Amino acid sequence: MKKALSLLVGAVMALSLCACGSSGSAPAPTEAAKAPTAEAAGEAKADAPAADGPVWKIGGQGPLTGGAAIYGIAVVNGAEIAIEEINQNGGINGYQIEYQKADDEHDQEKAINAYNSLKDWGMHFLVGPTTSSPTIAVGTEAEADNLFMITPSGSAVDCTAPKNVFRVCFSDPAQGAKSAQYIGTHKLAEKVGVIYDSSDVYSTGIYESFASEAPGQGLEIVATEEFTSESNKNFSVQLQKMKDAGAELVFLPFYYTEASLVLTQAASMDFKPIFFGCDGMDGILNVENFDTSLAEGLMLLTPFAADATDDLTVSFVKNYQDSYGETPNQFAADAYDAVYIIKAAAEKANLNPEMSVSELGDAMQKAITEIEVDGLTGSGMTWNEGGDVDKEPKAVVIENGAYASAE
Amino acid sequence: MMSFVSYFLSGVSLGSVYAIIALGYTMVYGIAKMLNFAHGDILMVGAYVAFLGLNSLGLPIPLATLLAMVTCTLLGIIIERAAYKPLRQANSLSVLITAIGVSYLLQNLALLLFGANPKSFSSFVPVGAVRFADGALTISGETLVTIAACVIIVAGLIHFINHTKAGQAMLAVSEDKGAATLMGVDVNRTIALTFAIGSALASIGGILLCSAYPTLTPTTGAMPGIKAFVAAVLGGIGSIPGAFIGGILLGILENLSKAYISSKLSDAIVFSVLIIVLLVRPTGILGKKIMEKV
Repeated sequence: MKKALSLLVGAVMALSLCACGSSGSAPAPTEAAKAPTAEAAGEAKADAPAADGPVWKIGGQGPLTGGAAIYGIAVVNGAEIAIEEINQNGGINGYQIEYQKADDEHDQEKAINAYNSLKDWGMHFLVGPTTSSPTIAVGTEAEADNLFMITPSGSAVDCTAPKNVFRVCFSDPAQGAKSAQYIGTHKLAEKVGVIYDSSDVYSTGIYESFASEAPGQGLEIVATEEFTSESNKNFSVQLQKMKDAGAELVFLPFYYTEASLVLTQAASMDFKPIFFGCDGMDGILNVENFDTSLAEGLMLLTPFAADATDDLTVSFVKNYQDSYGETPNQFAADAYDAVYIIKAAAEKANLNPEMSVSELGDAMQKAITEIEVDGLTGSGMTWNEGGDVDKEPKAVVIENGAYASAE
Repeated sequence: MMSFVSYFLSGVSLGSVYAIIALGYTMVYGIAKMLNFAHGDILMVGAYVAFLGLNSLGLPIPLATLLAMVTCTLLGIIIERAAYKPLRQANSLSVLITAIGVSYLLQNLALLLFGANPKSFSSFVPVGAVRFADGALTISGETLVTIAACVIIVAGLIHFINHTKAGQAMLAVSEDKGAATLMGVDVNRTIALTFAIGSALASIGGILLCSAYPTLTPTTGAMPGIKAFVAAVLGGIGSIPGAFIGGILLGILENLSKAYISSKLSDAIVFSVLIIVLLVRPTGILGKKIMEKV
């Protein structure tokens, strides 16, 4: 009997693993299709005179398969575009860049394996990881190696705790404070309601900094309601309370999956405040079969809008579409900026690839706090020693089913 | 006051969905004496089939609903034949583990087939919202239809069990499998029928759930499945009116504690009530007392 039971358990586990594995590998074809681009980068290198001398080795890391693959693929693609551009324009301090990417499946252990494989390859700098928990795991390893790393999108506070880790995006709490400042300076509303996911560190972090910043911006928080990942379907009670409290704007610092439910239920109860979200809201227009008219007027704080008309954004979006056939999201833009930030800091400190990883790490940590970078995700970006960026937030508003810059 | 009515009604509506799902748990438990933890995932499959029927095949709403019901019925029968029937003589722990395995299997298959990205479910309820007192109180069509559907299903099931031959056979099997076999009841067919009915109900529950809360992902069924299981235990597992009462109570309790105590603590409050009820009445509200024979 016992044997039968253990066999059964084994079979069930194997089965679910199989299913996991194959679902995870579903996005693989796009990956395989992308593989030749590494060769393309190699060809670009071959044209350049410095090809046989030392080269920069930049690693990229993120979930390329599995549920969070949409973020990781965007990050490695965005970084790849920046590297091709830099190589065509003579590289960093005259040295070409080689690029290698690794898949961490949004898993801490696999993230360390991916990091180690990049290190064995001889990586000088790391653009990644993409998501917060792998960033925290890899950061500790990279600190021991004193390897300079810049995460495009790891937004949890702890991501930049190691001294060698910097980031392109805002930290979670910074998004909350910046949202309150934006609502206050643009006088969008005075009576504000907040719904947040009390079981999620991202959502709670944004809420707390929003709540402490709001009074200083002339905002009155008239209602604060929570939900958890176990009760994330029925928002009718929370919305009714917002309605009764007379909230003119409802702040939704969580992901678009739940937000699409909030918007639907608010519409069905004739509640029409301004809805305001953070970067987790990015993606709501891509929910299959979602009635985008429900999102009309929704505002979100995001560092990057693909429809912006400045030259840099226009050429990036065009290159990205030509290479990968899709419109880039903010993760791709963050990664693109990350590569240029490495370039700016390496040029500032006048580094070359023959220096050791640890020497490069020391020099980069100092140089990044001295530079100012204009990128896709903000102009005049500067960094403090803690690894966090300072830049002006941008807001977009959904108009006619598409993002438009809010001014 | 208007807010209270609104909280209360949306609680009844949520509770009605729990009740419809809980019926499947309670019937299968009553008759096969097993907890079918894959029930919540059958609900999810039903919702996906209905979604595809409406949006990809372009079927009208009644046909898409029927397609979902037929698919889930077949799925329920197949799961029972392939995974549970061979274990009929095994101990209950093996069956429980198998059920959890089937649950993960269905979730991961859905992940493979439909991807992790959420789909927005179009409402299957053609009834518009009803407004009272100049819009101070709005009751959505989904709320009304869900409550009505639940009442009709419960009444229909009670009639089926008490007044048809197949229903009587189910009662007999639930009371004593061995004796029922001796009386000429085909136990295997009766259990298969139970799974078929339970799964068809799950697909209706899935459609109503997703009509009211329109996000569809491979894990959509997991949490409502667990809540419905709680509802079935609260009402007295094995009892059909018990599942109904348990479901409605759970829904109202969840919404009112969210509204008047704390939206953060609502789940804690709901589950505390469950513990207290079970301490006072270990078999649930309508559960039968079973004398242990020593």
